[in-house]
Amino acid sequence: MTPQPNALEIADLVMHFGPVRAVDGVSLTIPRGRVTALVGESGSGKSTVGRCVVRLVEPTAGTVRIAGTDVTHLSRRRLRPHRGAVSIVFQDPAASLDPRMLVGEIVAEPLRLAGKRISRRDRDARVAPQLERVGLRAEVARRYPHELSGGQRQRVSIARALISEPMLLIADEPTSALDVSVQASVLNLLADLQRDIGFACLFITHDLSAVEYLADDIAVMYLGQLVETGSRERIFARPAHPYTQALLSAAPVADPVRQRDRQPVLLGDDLPSALDPPSGCRFRTRCPLAFDRCATEVPAQTAIGDGMAACHLVRPDGTGPDVRTADPSEVLS
Amino acid sequence: MTTASAPVLEIRDLSVSFPTETGTVSAVDGVSLDLAAGEIVGMVGESGCGKSVTAMSIAGLLPGSARVTGSVRLDGAELVGARESALRRVRGREIAYIFQEPMTSLNPVLTVGRQIGEVLQVHERMSRRAARARAVELLTLVGIPSAAQRVDGYPHQLSGGMRQRVMIAMAVACGPKVLVADEPTTALDVTVQAGILQVLRDLRDRLGTSVLIITHDLGVIADIADRVVVMYAGRVVERAPVDDLFAHPRHRYTAGLLSASPQPGRHAGTDRLTEIPGLVPVLASQPDACTFADRCPAADEQCRAAAPPLEGIGGTDHVAACWHPCTAAPTAAQGANR
Repeated sequence: MTPQPNALEIADLVMHFGPVRAVDGVSLTIPRGRVTALVGESGSGKSTVGRCVVRLVEPTAGTVRIAGTDVTHLSRRRLRPHRGAVSIVFQDPAASLDPRMLVGEIVAEPLRLAGKRISRRDRDARVAPQLERVGLRAEVARRYPHELSGGQRQRVSIARALISEPMLLIADEPTSALDVSVQASVLNLLADLQRDIGFACLFITHDLSAVEYLADDIAVMYLGQLVETGSRERIFARPAHPYTQALLSAAPVADPVRQRDRQPVLLGDDLPSALDPPSGCRFRTRCPLAFDRCATEVPAQTAIGDGMAACHLVRPDGTGPDVRTADPSEVLS
Repeated sequence: MTTASAPVLEIRDLSVSFPTETGTVSAVDGVSLDLAAGEIVGMVGESGCGKSVTAMSIAGLLPGSARVTGSVRLDGAELVGARESALRRVRGREIAYIFQEPMTSLNPVLTVGRQIGEVLQVHERMSRRAARARAVELLTLVGIPSAAQRVDGYPHQLSGGMRQRVMIAMAVACGPKVLVADEPTTALDVTVQAGILQVLRDLRDRLGTSVLIITHDLGVIADIADRVVVMYAGRVVERAPVDDLFAHPRHRYTAGLLSASPQPGRHAGTDRLTEIPGLVPVLASQPDACTFADRCPAADEQCRAAAPPLEGIGGTDHVAACWHPCTAAPTAAQGANR
């Protein structure tokens, strides 16, 4: 049996916008049917990675392979046959749905763009089950987006993204613009669809509790680079990189008794500029454990299980200091 | 936190409505709330529940078209219907605000020091020089490094978190009794949010400021609040000390919110988030019924016939407006349909 290609393979991806180094050497693989969460703060470049994958922008360097096909520099025309393999759902459904199109036209548009000429009746027949699959009634096809609630609109975006039966779904902050009670239904829907259909998913978010709920694997991004990757279980139980540790400690848990015992690691406010990232380790300017080597030497990626951490303090066996408990003076002794 | 002394801020039966082309919209309906000295009260609810309108009405910040009834007393002095000149003395000096997006609240063409100093010059009649010196102290107080240099900087030169710290410095410049923080960390990353929440806690501890923090984030509430007020469709549906609320939510809406949010250790493979079916009702004239009835698993005729009063349970300071409050543990209560 020949091994099936991975849903997504990104190698050494670089995306510079003029002098802004938004993505600076990211490598990431998502096997078929797995959900990988890409987490990081605003400005970390996580959305840009998603936009490179669906080729909304053409990467500066590196390669993007979807289902084994190198799509990095394909022209619009050559890209078209591969468009159906990957879809994207954006954060704000009010902005990503054309207000002048009927929901039915919106959901069917990927079919039209794929160049398939289909009759109106066939189209409606394809759209109805899509809407049903995302929990909307078929009549919604004859409505305009403004007639729907935020949660319903996001369901329309998901239906549109899935009509081409993609192997890979990019979900860029799909629940961030929604209220808590609506978020729950969209997260449940994504989990159900993913389990039933089995598409792979790159789930881009800053919401760590949603990550824990939905993801199989996690990649943590900081200032254009990945600092840690690994399974959900390992990252939440034993985060190795000081940044991952700080991120997890800073997100408050919705339980006052537990929250009182937690001590957030305060990083200070200044995310360095992507115009001129720090030398060596990019996290060193905010890292409580940084020492002289961090300024001069880019940390290598130390393998931990299936993942890695890029930090000088992580030992070859994957263990290292924890900023949540460590006294910085002891780490270096 | 229970204090014997009178509350600093007393809100009683506050209602706010707005006339619109399609009729009167009732945004806030009969909200009552006390804020004790040095207390942090969290107000939580989803978009459109009236939490921001409640906050704005405290110091009369709503547009003139708003019809405000009820009572807001600061140290016993009535603010609803007070003269504009009286309100102006209260705003900034006794009651200060910080908002979600610091960049839109700061003046881009004035230095940070001038903006903080202006508050002091107006309210405390300080000289410009004294105000600048005090501005440096305030920036240090809210954790801005090298404040002596930053004071001459402009807002655009600061990160989002630093801007919010400047807003807080400006808000506490006159030592207000009450700080109203409307979604102060919503636009910020979690690592920055943790720092801002720490600053608010420090101010309470050091200056004894009472804080009303408005948020939709249950994690923020769990982190910082002493007591919690849950709002739904313009009404307070539950009010309780923070531990009590999270451990034993009484109102079905509160219980729904708590189990709708993903929590540490929950994964889609083994667990399912509780959905709250239906939509938040459109704000119109408030019906004499429970506004949550249409989405509530426990609703019956009584719920649709009369609005439940906000009642104490077992003589505690935990109150809920529900005819059929949850009694069992929160998770069990979710599955149980009466």
